[in-house]
Amino acid sequence: MSDENHVMSTEDRLIYMVNQIARNVAALGEEEAVTTTADHIRDFWDPAMKQHILALTRTRPEQFSAIAAAAVGRISVP
Amino acid sequence: MTYTRETDHGTPPAIATGKSVTLTIDGDTVTMPEGTSIMRAASLTGCSIPKLCATDNVESFGSCRLCLVEVEGRNGYPASCTTPIAEGMVVRTQSERLKQLRRGVMELYISDHPLDCLTCPANGDCELQDQAGAVGLRDVRYGYDGATNMGQAKDQSNPYFDFDPSKCIVCSRCVRACDEVQGTFALTIEGRGFDSKVSPSQGQDFLSSECVSCGACVRACPTATLTEKKVVEVGTPDRAVVTTCAYCGVGCTFRAEMRGEELVRMVPWKDGKANRGHSCVKGRFAWGYAQHRDRILNPMIRASVEEPWREVSWEEAIAHTASEFKRIQSKYGTRSIGGITSSRCTNEETFLVQKLIRQGFGNNNVDTCARVCHSPTGYGLKTTFGTSAGTQDFDSVMQADVILVIGANPTDGHPVFASRMKKRLRPKDGKPGAKLIVIDPRRIDLVKSPHVEADHHLPLRPGTNVAMLTAMAHVIVTENLFDEAFIRERCDWDEFMDWAAFVAEPSRSPEAIEPLTGVKAEEVRAAARLYATGGNGAIYYGLGVTEHSQGSSTVMAIANLAMATGNIGREGVGVNPLRGQNNVQGACDMGSFPHEFSGYRHVSDDTTRSMFEKAWGVPLDAEPGLRIPNMLDAATDGTFKGIFIQGEDILQSDPNTHHVAAGLAAMECVVVQDLFLNETANYAHVFLPGSTFLEKDGTFTNAERRIQRVRKVMAPINGYADWEIVQSVANAMGLGWTYDHPSQIMDEIAALTPTFAGVHYDRLDVEGSLQWPANEAAPDGTPTMHIDGFVRGKGKFVVTDYVPTDEKTGPRFPLLLTTGRILSQYNVGAQTRRTANEAWHPEDRLEIHPTDAENRGIKDGDWVSLRSRAGETSLRALITERVAPGVVYTTFHHPDTQANVITTDYSDWATNCPEYKVTAVQVMPSNGPSDWQRDYAEQARHSRRIAPLEAAE
Ligand code: SF4
Ligand code: SF4
Ligand code: SF4
Ligand code: FES
Repeated sequence: MSDENHVMSTEDRLIYMVNQIARNVAALGEEEAVTTTADHIRDFWDPAMKQHILALTRTRPEQFSAIAAAAVGRISVP
Repeated sequence: MTYTRETDHGTPPAIATGKSVTLTIDGDTVTMPEGTSIMRAASLTGCSIPKLCATDNVESFGSCRLCLVEVEGRNGYPASCTTPIAEGMVVRTQSERLKQLRRGVMELYISDHPLDCLTCPANGDCELQDQAGAVGLRDVRYGYDGATNMGQAKDQSNPYFDFDPSKCIVCSRCVRACDEVQGTFALTIEGRGFDSKVSPSQGQDFLSSECVSCGACVRACPTATLTEKKVVEVGTPDRAVVTTCAYCGVGCTFRAEMRGEELVRMVPWKDGKANRGHSCVKGRFAWGYAQHRDRILNPMIRASVEEPWREVSWEEAIAHTASEFKRIQSKYGTRSIGGITSSRCTNEETFLVQKLIRQGFGNNNVDTCARVCHSPTGYGLKTTFGTSAGTQDFDSVMQADVILVIGANPTDGHPVFASRMKKRLRPKDGKPGAKLIVIDPRRIDLVKSPHVEADHHLPLRPGTNVAMLTAMAHVIVTENLFDEAFIRERCDWDEFMDWAAFVAEPSRSPEAIEPLTGVKAEEVRAAARLYATGGNGAIYYGLGVTEHSQGSSTVMAIANLAMATGNIGREGVGVNPLRGQNNVQGACDMGSFPHEFSGYRHVSDDTTRSMFEKAWGVPLDAEPGLRIPNMLDAATDGTFKGIFIQGEDILQSDPNTHHVAAGLAAMECVVVQDLFLNETANYAHVFLPGSTFLEKDGTFTNAERRIQRVRKVMAPINGYADWEIVQSVANAMGLGWTYDHPSQIMDEIAALTPTFAGVHYDRLDVEGSLQWPANEAAPDGTPTMHIDGFVRGKGKFVVTDYVPTDEKTGPRFPLLLTTGRILSQYNVGAQTRRTANEAWHPEDRLEIHPTDAENRGIKDGDWVSLRSRAGETSLRALITERVAPGVVYTTFHHPDTQANVITTDYSDWATNCPEYKVTAVQVMPSNGPSDWQRDYAEQARHSRRIAPLEAAE
């Protein structure tokens, strides 16, 4: 197999995903964007992904956009 | 059931005017819609006028003169197929004079026709023969030697039907079928009088002509001139069963015409509301895979994918599957396993797989391959309109004035619907054709084909859909072309105002985004004006919309446009996703997504969940489960260990093959249920042979939300229908299911799903089909949605900001690759590659613009390597101006090409639908298949070994 293999690690991908959601709803304005992002994670992410992303906001906070970080802060992890 | 042909009323139904006419036919008084022909009126009252050149799926032509009748007060003998009925008319269909005239006509035909009826493949199923009988022909005065027609060579180039010109009576039914029904204009009548004959374009043979092998001409031909090869081989059928095509989301219904247990031919069913008697090459002819020798008929297991497969009994395979899943769950936890439902399987089977997972596995780790195609449709339309489905039926296109096609290639992907669309695009009876706007990076066939030409083609750069649609919205808002009354009544006005302010910003104008999309601003403005002001505007879209990092945004941008212009809630308008696989709609409806139950109800919704809990007798998980890519990630991380995959080939159909392969390889139990040892099965531990749509009962739901029956026409050669296999697995896990027939599964679906409450087999058998919602509020189903208001209440305008994809071109990867499909092949090709459809598409080719090719020293047909950040593959180049400079295109029908080795794992922000449509690549000349392809072929060969049976005992 080619060594150029471009497969993100799960952690990178989770961070990428939450930032991507946040960026796509950013035009709604900060407050609504945070709510929408948090709702999105609540509705579509499996519990392990929720736990994982929450843990990542602690270990790699610098990689989250402001909206993404605020949104993850609001999700309740089961 | 015995075999009868469908009744042919001779001419199509009259265009409805609401008026009716009363007349007398052979002494009976009858009332019929204005515009009906005498022939049709007579046929509908039960008397059949002899005919040859008329058939009811094409306009009458009046050339054979066999259908003459007498009309009181009129001179001569008008042809009943071309004469419309009139008030007070008195028609006689039989008289001495008419008999004489008709016999004379028949005599002429027969004198020029070979009389080898007994050995003719159409013997017993030939209209010429029937009509000779009907007119009482007993003698041919001209002798049989005036023939000019006989002894011509047959054209057998088409793999599915023969053309024997000696038997042609030049009735032109085939020509009209090709023109009017299919819209390909491949046939012509050359010459005049006795010398005239039918010929595919420019005297070519059928295979090399424009012909797309839809079979419309074969069906229309009254003689044995155009005959299915299978009929030549087997003989005429002796029974017929109506069923639904298992290939694409058009959902054509067919009469499966059988002789005993052998399928002789599939003939499109005239009463089918999706296809109205038309078909494409796949459904009509490409069903040979069902009996292909590659089909696996015995269950197999193995401890590791390094080992060869070992054939085992069904009992052993099922018991092994259940015990593996239980073992894994006890070791790694409830959420460590999951499953994938298939858009190729029936609603009932899909429902059972998700039930197995939610009830039996106790989690919501169920997803479907719709994830990789139309999940953004679900998300986008649910958010804006309140329901995850297209708004119209297919018939609606006939009322459209402006048709906007975006990111879809209907003539290849949805051919039978494309033929309908083309019918509306051509002028007819003085009514101008609908206007057409095409938004697509490629110059697809619709842009210019015989008698159809797009008014505007916007060849945007892949990945700029949202910018383009927002620019159109900009024009509609800033030029005041929106429908204020509609918006005030149906939508939230404040949300509209927010959205309008957003799109009206100068930075979102066509001029501002021109450098981004590469499309002239003036064209964008003109297209937007046309859509907003041209009358009924109907949008049709496909995977070119959804398979992007902004797929969901694009769907919402489309919905915004339709709402802003009031193009929702009546015939002729709407937002219509063209679904890829046959049952994508159904798979989504049936609760295949990890976050929702059937009918699109979230798993966290307590009322819904408790309903299911009561029905299934177990507590259900209120948390969403894993989606396919998340499952693969979890597998690589070691937390997801087992998967049940029904009828899907995720290794080939999902993006970034490396990612999929790594995920599968990390699992302890991969169960694949399929017809063939597909690519995914190379990583499987259990293989459960599946059954084809010919071997089971069930339903499919097409892109119009139309639920149609699939009927068993032969016993499953693998032993069981797929739903039975899932039931066995469930019962081995202790679930105690007791379904005897799929109708009981549908009853359960109806009981648990409000939009399906009125859907039951007896009802479907009577109605032919039902479009959901079908319940107390809509007992006959719902052809058009959102008529008096949106399902969600007020239509929601959603601001869709253009966010460029992170997949960017640069010096190393300067070209943009986009992917698609072609007519003769289907999805990953597992079925079509096992049919004679290979004649049209033996390999995947890379389309590249002449300039890009020349810069790289590539000639047409050369092997080239295609590299992206994800991987590399090689295939042969096809140099064409259909693609713009900077863009290359390929299909993904062949595993040798593995186009998904190079697609990346970027995906839609809202649904993780992979971004198939945009990959930055480099193209270079090469010598042949890449190392990866060779390794892969070796691995696949190794992994497909089946141990000889002795060794297994
Ligand atoms: S098979 Fe279809 S496309 Fe081909 S000639 Fe016949 S009608 Fe035309
Ligand atoms: S090929 Fe068949 S349909 Fe066509 S003109 Fe001849 S007889 Fe008629
Ligand atoms: S593949 Fe699609 S268009 Fe073709 S016959 Fe089947 S359902 Fe119809
Ligand atoms: S059927 Fe009417 S003219 Fe041929």
